Amino acid sequence: MSQRITGIGASAGIAIAKAFRLENPALDVEKKAVENHAQEVERFQQSIEKSKNELEAIKEHAEKELGEDKAAIFAAHLLVLQDPELIDNVKKKINEENVNAEFALDEVTGMFISMFENMDNEYMKERAADIRDVRKRILAHLMGVEFNTPSMITDEVIIISDDLTPSDTAQLNRKFVKGFATDIGGRTSHSAIMARSMEIPSVVGTKKITDSVENGTIVIIDGIDGEVIIDPTEDERSTYEEKRNQYLEQKKEWAKLVNERTITSDDVHVELAANIGTPKDLPGVLNNGAEGIGLYRTEFLYMNRDQLPTEEEQFEAYKEVLSQMEGKPVVIRTLDIGGDKELPYLNLPKELNPFLGYRAIRLCLDKQDIFRTQLRALLRASTFGNLKVMFPMIATLDEFRQAKAILMEEKEKLQSENVEVSDGIEIGMMVEIPSTAVMADIFAKEVDFFSIGTNDLIQYTMAADRMNEQVSYLYQPYNPAILRLVKSVIEAAHKEGIWAGMCGEMAGDEIAIPILLGLGLDEFSMSATSILPARSQLIKLSKETIASHIDTILEMDSDQKVKEYVQKHFLN
Amino acid sequence: MAAEKTFKVTSESGIHARPATTLVNKAGQFSSEIELVHKEKTVNLKSIMGVMSLGIQQGSEITIKADGNDEEEALSSLSNLLKEEGLAE
Repeated sequence: MSQRITGIGASAGIAIAKAFRLENPALDVEKKAVENHAQEVERFQQSIEKSKNELEAIKEHAEKELGEDKAAIFAAHLLVLQDPELIDNVKKKINEENVNAEFALDEVTGMFISMFENMDNEYMKERAADIRDVRKRILAHLMGVEFNTPSMITDEVIIISDDLTPSDTAQLNRKFVKGFATDIGGRTSHSAIMARSMEIPSVVGTKKITDSVENGTIVIIDGIDGEVIIDPTEDERSTYEEKRNQYLEQKKEWAKLVNERTITSDDVHVELAANIGTPKDLPGVLNNGAEGIGLYRTEFLYMNRDQLPTEEEQFEAYKEVLSQMEGKPVVIRTLDIGGDKELPYLNLPKELNPFLGYRAIRLCLDKQDIFRTQLRALLRASTFGNLKVMFPMIATLDEFRQAKAILMEEKEKLQSENVEVSDGIEIGMMVEIPSTAVMADIFAKEVDFFSIGTNDLIQYTMAADRMNEQVSYLYQPYNPAILRLVKSVIEAAHKEGIWAGMCGEMAGDEIAIPILLGLGLDEFSMSATSILPARSQLIKLSKETIASHIDTILEMDSDQKVKEYVQKHFLN
Repeated sequence: MAAEKTFKVTSESGIHARPATTLVNKAGQFSSEIELVHKEKTVNLKSIMGVMSLGIQQGSEITIKADGNDEEEALSSLSNLLKEEGLAE
């Protein structure tokens, strides 16, 4: 009988091979009394030296196999190994408490490990694993125990282990190690990050994989859905072989599309853009073949700090994004703060209904100094690329006019200071409040583009808080009410010769994509990793064919029916 | 006579793994005792675990104190490093 264990998919892909249990040597520390302190300290020093040589060799291997970036963790391990706080405290314990080096090391590192584990930052918590890794290495030398390292594997296997330390992962030979599964760890553990960069399918955090698998048992790792199948039946095996082939095919197909434009089977070009939060997201944007940036959420510049960002800081960030995109469109949304995104240093009063309250453009039109600083930074950066400015949470035409007027004032001021500003900046708005979707024909006469923010548009249209689980069933992107609003926005845009995009989750959703194409959406902006799958879907669709189904879809009476219809007609 | 200097952390992600590594490596090159003060907590700047345990974030103030033969040199070299790496000013 096969057995199925669920964990967290840490690195996508499917692997099928024999299990190889990576056993950790038993390193049970006993407390012993020691008389000769000098000798014990010397023994400790030697184990540090040996560990250091070993780590340096691993670091070199990792630099070759994984690149400098991923090998940096071993530089950190080397520092932990030589940390004066660690070494001095161990020696002090040996000298003052007459204990053996093993015990002293265990106590001192234990203190640091629990300190890091108790920090309320996920990243810091994971650092406890680094200290454990170093402790294990020193202890093994102190006790003269041989390490069972993954570098010794010479057969195709799947590694089963309690945890994989960064040094274990770095020694994995891609030729032989087909995948791994661990009891502990999360998506941000080092082992998970390294597995992704080495493209080794892996499932972490299964809690009990080491209790369930014996050496040599056939194991399937499904890193896509986070599952491990132990001792699969013939049927299961062929199902997963099929799934693996599909995944590999799909990856190959996606990779071919990186430098392609998105052109449908009936020769219509739509733009696939990425949503970003900081310039740090740019490598992902470029690697996934985005044709532009459809939403740059600038609020991250304002968050996790205790004061407003300066004009200069903002200018640098905008300039970096614009120049790296090399003339491709970049839609930058002005500050959207309030709602679920708070800025403690602004000391805004608590609201009963923050999503319907003082936020985004409402706040910016009121606190104009904040708004003007951002606009100046944007205008100054405009000469470095193809900037489009977008205002969030517009409810009335008057708000849009005010915001645009302030932008124009700042532009004139800059020009009078002899600062160069691009003349071709498009100025558009988010459509996320139903009033603007309904009045889109009027707005379209004054804006340069619309971008439909579906996350908010859906919650405002359905009057359902998307954070509230009891009403989350009302979050219905395919509800014909939403689709009709989207349709009226796109039609209004096209009637005035402007473009309409979408920057909510819905734009990257495989059910929504055919409908949006049929409705005539010009730009789809989504998270970078969704772009290639969306492109591969879109190039097989015909806009004209879907358009002929649109009336039928909009006449339906529920989101469920829309979903089933799309699945039946446009998904294979 | 000890030397000391106070900085404001400008790096967006504060002083985490990599910048901490760079700082600790640099500090290790000097014989002076070097301390890092943040929110009334003082750690040895030559200790990676000490520095990381402070969880220093953007916008906070840090003080570096050096005491020893090469204290002036240590302080100026560390403060250059903070600026060059865009960590603090």
